[in-house]
Amino acid sequence: MIKTSGLSKKYNDKYVVKNADTFFPLGKVTSIIGPNGAGKSTLLSMASRLTDSDAGQIIIGDIPLDQWDSSELAKRLSVLSQSNNINMRFTVRELVTFGRFPYSQGRQTEEDNRIIDNALRQLDISHLQERYIDELSGGQKQMAFIAMVVAQDTDYIFLDEPLNNLDIKHSVDIMATLKKLADEHNKAIVIVIHDINFASCYSDNIVAMKQGEITKNGSVDDVIDEQVLSEIYEIPFKVQEIDGNKISLYYRR
Amino acid sequence: MKLIYIFAALLLVFLAAFSLSVGVADFSFSAVLSGDSHATNILLSSRLPRLLAIILAGAGLSIAGLIMQQIVQNRFAAPSTTGTIDWAMLGYMIALIAFSDMSGWVHLLTIFAFSVFGTLLFVRFLQRLKFKNTVMVPLIGIMYGNIVSAFTTFIAYKYDLVQTLGSWTVANFASVLRGNYEFLYIALPVSLLAYAYANKFSAASVGETFAKNIGLNYQRIVMIGVMLVAVLASSIVMIVGMIPFLGLIVPNIVSLFIGDNMSRNLPWTAYVGVVLVLACDILGRLIIFPYEVPISMIISILGGAVFIYLILRDKSNA
Repeated sequence: MIKTSGLSKKYNDKYVVKNADTFFPLGKVTSIIGPNGAGKSTLLSMASRLTDSDAGQIIIGDIPLDQWDSSELAKRLSVLSQSNNINMRFTVRELVTFGRFPYSQGRQTEEDNRIIDNALRQLDISHLQERYIDELSGGQKQMAFIAMVVAQDTDYIFLDEPLNNLDIKHSVDIMATLKKLADEHNKAIVIVIHDINFASCYSDNIVAMKQGEITKNGSVDDVIDEQVLSEIYEIPFKVQEIDGNKISLYYRR
Repeated sequence: MKLIYIFAALLLVFLAAFSLSVGVADFSFSAVLSGDSHATNILLSSRLPRLLAIILAGAGLSIAGLIMQQIVQNRFAAPSTTGTIDWAMLGYMIALIAFSDMSGWVHLLTIFAFSVFGTLLFVRFLQRLKFKNTVMVPLIGIMYGNIVSAFTTFIAYKYDLVQTLGSWTVANFASVLRGNYEFLYIALPVSLLAYAYANKFSAASVGETFAKNIGLNYQRIVMIGVMLVAVLASSIVMIVGMIPFLGLIVPNIVSLFIGDNMSRNLPWTAYVGVVLVLACDILGRLIIFPYEVPISMIISILGGAVFIYLILRDKSNA
């Protein structure tokens, strides 16, 4: 599991994340939700060692983050941010192969190739493996990047808005894949996500943030609640249960 | 695929042999084989050094462009669009004035120091830049280079070195002779190093977080890339002069066919660079034979056209 305590980040004396205590267990999908500027992405990038924190502690496994060797950590924790240069001409397979870099340093073994094949199959993009990513649709590109993270085969997987700009089918495919990784492969999945109904349907736990602070942190039932959501987003919410899923309605005020 | 290798090898051999045979002096391969000492002398002291210089400079500058494009994540980055060449020329000017009687190594080291500094300054500036419009990067880089070269020109006027400066801005292989081009061999170990780092450069080309995610030290990779680019550019500026566009167009042409994975495209980038420079050099020697058109003019015409094509083709501006 990953535990953060008292995690804070300041930009020019203003807290973007303040005193964040979180817990990301193995085998669970944890979603971070909240309005724009709530500090969701900053929390995710601190917990995944992309950004340094100003205060607080991050423990990965049993070891504090700053004691991890960076290449060892890359075998245990992977992160997919939104800021990738997606115009480079790599084939899908070449991109996914980067996921094996922490293990093979660029010299793939048979084992690596087998894992890459599996990752491509798992995301259902084996047929695209020789295509260049700059020629793919947004959804296919995202599938390729997620396949790379799958090939990296880490216990902890962080994703910053993996559904950004994707159509409905690709969104469902990606969320179902992530859920499967948690359930069947015992991975800890942590995502920043805007669509709270996706968060509700596929998460085990939800962290709700507002203005840099965690306002609610618990199971789906705890957080997907009319009063909690109304407070965070400052608009009226209606939550209904459909087929065992809690669906929020907030489209008309 | 095999056929391509055979064709590529034949083309290179043909161009190389042709390059050796072109020139004013009376020379033929049969004369060399029959033991004519005059022909052998021409081959060893002029023709062969020229061929080797072309091969080293063509491959070196193309590889420099490739590395630059990967570490700044921009297709239009190259030593000539990121200030590297201009800083190298400033360094050469300073070296000529301050260390005029010292060895070539001191000059090379000075040029290298200047180009590393200037390139790093630009790369750090780009990393702070929030907008990443692809065409903006070379535009700013060219302006940045112009400011530096204006300063170089100023110094040149002050120390009466304008003619010397003029000769660097027009690359020319005509003056290459045995004994004055050997610094270019630096391209060999540097290219091997670049190949060893190919995977890391490619990871960095996707982005800082991407590189960090697989356990790489992004800033260190960028630093190594800048050093390799600066070494290549320095030696070429010192011996041959400025070859515009080469580092820009060659990696882009290669990328169209086999993508940006550096461990795959680096050998081809080197190859296309060599063939292009060889062909342009031969052309330059034939057009107004027995005189020569400097290679930089021929490459400018070709490179400018390809550059415009690439900008129009670039999807991110559509």
